[in-house]
Amino acid sequence: MRRWWSRLLLLAIIGLTAFSGIVVWPSEPDRYLPDQIPWPEGRGIKMKLPTIEGGTFGLTTIERRAMSLGLDLRGGTRLVLAPADARIDDLDAALEGARRVVERRVNEFGVAESEVNRLGNDRLSVQLPGIDPEEAIDKIGRTALLQFCEPVTDAGGNVAVVRNGTVTYEGQTCEPQRDAQGNVVATAGAVEFLPWANDENDPSSNFIVWQPAKADLDGVETELTGRFLRPNTRVDRTVTPDNILGDPILNFEFNPDGADILESVTARLAPRQLPLAFFLDGEPIRGEDDAVIAPRVNQTLSAQGIITGLENDEAQDLSTLLNTGAFPVALVVVQQQDVDATLGDNAVRNTVIAGEVALLVIMLFMVLYYRLPGVMASLALVCYTSFALAIFKLVPVTLTLAGVGAFVLSLGMAVDANILIFERMKEELRVGRNLVVALEDGFNRAWSSIRDSNISSIMTALILYWFGNQFDESSIKGFALVWIIGVLISMFTAIIVTRTFMRFIIGVRPLARRLGLFAADLPDDVRRAGRPAPAVAGGAGGGPAKREER
Amino acid sequence: MRPPVLDLVGKRNWFYLVSILVLVPGLISLLIPPRVKLGIDFSAGSTFTVRFEEPTTREELKDGLATVGHADARVQGTGQNEFLVRTQELRGAASQPPVGPAPPSEREEIEDALRAEFGNMVDAQGRTVDERGQPVGFIEFSSISATVSGKLGLQKSFPFICCGITGNAVSAVVFASLAIFVYLWYSFRTVAQPFRFGAAAVIALLHDAFLVVGVFSILGKMIDTEITKDFVVALLTVIGFSVHDSIVVFDRIRETVSRGEGRTFGEAVNTSLLQTMGRSMNTSLTLVFAILALLLIGGDSIREFLWAMLIGVVTGAYSSVFVASQILVSWDEDDLPRFWRRLLRRADHEEYEAEASPAG
Repeated sequence: MRRWWSRLLLLAIIGLTAFSGIVVWPSEPDRYLPDQIPWPEGRGIKMKLPTIEGGTFGLTTIERRAMSLGLDLRGGTRLVLAPADARIDDLDAALEGARRVVERRVNEFGVAESEVNRLGNDRLSVQLPGIDPEEAIDKIGRTALLQFCEPVTDAGGNVAVVRNGTVTYEGQTCEPQRDAQGNVVATAGAVEFLPWANDENDPSSNFIVWQPAKADLDGVETELTGRFLRPNTRVDRTVTPDNILGDPILNFEFNPDGADILESVTARLAPRQLPLAFFLDGEPIRGEDDAVIAPRVNQTLSAQGIITGLENDEAQDLSTLLNTGAFPVALVVVQQQDVDATLGDNAVRNTVIAGEVALLVIMLFMVLYYRLPGVMASLALVCYTSFALAIFKLVPVTLTLAGVGAFVLSLGMAVDANILIFERMKEELRVGRNLVVALEDGFNRAWSSIRDSNISSIMTALILYWFGNQFDESSIKGFALVWIIGVLISMFTAIIVTRTFMRFIIGVRPLARRLGLFAADLPDDVRRAGRPAPAVAGGAGGGPAKREER
Repeated sequence: MRPPVLDLVGKRNWFYLVSILVLVPGLISLLIPPRVKLGIDFSAGSTFTVRFEEPTTREELKDGLATVGHADARVQGTGQNEFLVRTQELRGAASQPPVGPAPPSEREEIEDALRAEFGNMVDAQGRTVDERGQPVGFIEFSSISATVSGKLGLQKSFPFICCGITGNAVSAVVFASLAIFVYLWYSFRTVAQPFRFGAAAVIALLHDAFLVVGVFSILGKMIDTEITKDFVVALLTVIGFSVHDSIVVFDRIRETVSRGEGRTFGEAVNTSLLQTMGRSMNTSLTLVFAILALLLIGGDSIREFLWAMLIGVVTGAYSSVFVASQILVSWDEDDLPRFWRRLLRRADHEEYEAEASPAG
């Protein structure tokens, strides 16, 4: 039973290591490994993960080609942003505000380890690691103007539709271009007015011509926009009775002014169940099926509302945008360029090669000093490195020099756990314990110190992460994250993986007979006997015998 | 019971002396401003783009900048022979070169030096001489704010720290120390006086942190070694290692004491230290090997980071055996009150002698 379990675990570990190895295998192995050998090229990883959307099973594809690396190791994109109109009153304060918005935005999107600086008096410089300029501009450049829009209707209550053409909206709003008479003009095709009967024959939301939803606020006709939102927008996912994650729901809440407007607007739309659409920076928000999201209003709403039908990522991004707020000043990208790593082009290569050498040196040391157990620990270290790197790549964790530092630290701690175990094991062997008992005792007795030291490490790392988060210090955050992941994996590999390997080795009789393979400086009689020698044990230590009595 | 071969506990005053001798120069250096030399991450500076006609590598440009006193400049390649450079604030720098006779600004000095070494610079249009007939210098010269901005007003209470990341790191360390103290207190509750273990681990942690900062303070004064953002991270690593190491040694002390070995607490600690010596040595050796490998191959740019780690790992291993554990023994044997009494008695004695001598 136990033996079976061990075998199964061994297979699982080998499988997991092979999988991790494939995940982390670089696309240009010659850069990092001796190039005399024709290494196969890594192709990154493309995985289909089962997901459950709305009660049906689906597959999302995760694709990772390269490790996510920070500015210091791989470089990225640099953007210079300037205010679109420099004649505003307090440029300095506006730019400082814009700098904070950019900083919040780049970090909330998960692109950590970015740099945002004031450049001269009137510009901002942003460096983002590892993404292409278009993506970067898209992430930063959005002004995040959310607008609530209702259909254009004629006097008879018919809804304006453009089926074979388009309508141009003004600026970044949903205000359609109109002619002098105030009629909506289409750039192509014609504007038709179709009846709205609130049934399946209604025109599709994709064709409806929208206009800002306005209502009277203290005597002023006011458009309903994201500026009335409280910054507590969040995404919830419903859970069906079968415990299946449902569609994401974007919850938003208005301040009292916004609530007043929303109430008037929905009171107007609700009787005929007319739809309401959401425009972000002049583009309607579309759902998974690429249709404009336009829920029908069937009751009067006021302070709170929801948007459904979004994809999860999209809902998260939108929520972030709405919470981080709009820029105090409109910014334009005046310059964009690719930048190399701040530590030099060869930073990654040097670091990887140094890491390989460090790993080999540690393994050599372990094998020379601890012999056969050292070999097992080295194998466990290989497992550790591939697990950790695979997780960094898949999550993805943006690795910087700080992260590499944390990784080295966790490597040291992984080895330390094994050293603790083996030293204990040697002590047990020295007093004449048999190999199986010595092994289990070594693991059991080293456990309390491994537990205490790792718990305190995780505690420290959590505090660091919390601080990094509190003050937007992404390098401290990255360091803490890598450390936490490293400690957790190292506890798994140093204990479970090494123990599985050791149990396997002890099961191989020709190896298990030679105690000299397990410890160097055993007393002669113990080594020769290869089995417990109680008399010696009592004489040498006294401790173990006492422990047994308890 | 085996008699202890090596009496480490008995020599504890010598170890304290070693620690004090090593720590004091650094602490003195920390008291003399500038306490540490802060790198370009922490201060506003200048940034510019430079493009050369001739093929030039990042490393060559970095060396060139080092010869004109900007060894800490950050150089990023941005295209063919084109680099984005960030330096400390250049003196007398204007965004436009002055028209007419003026003393050369630092910017111009650097431009001239680089031109002498790497040949002509070209501007965006590929010209080497601008419309005024002046040779082309840096493009897009501008001032730039600090990468690490201050967000916490900790400078007042801890004058040696700068701002932002350092301040946050310090407060994070203070919180982490408290958490470690409480956790160890709880974890060692089966032993008498469990809070002493927490306190000793934290003292060892501070010992290591101040040693590393002190060494860098001295190096900053002697060879202009700068504190970078990465140094702060290295310091956090050192603290993590220091606590980890102390706990492993303490765990063995806990075991030895609860087994009732040794006639006194000091003897039990001594036994534990001898038993864990091999493990302590081996663990720090493996880390030292790893760091040395990074140091030899990893390139110049992360050298400060690695040196901080190396010093930290060595002192972390030292402090868990020779500081943290010895403090436990000293506490148990009331060393400090005895030391005070002796000191006071000597002072009394001297006073007495001082009073006596004029009379005599």
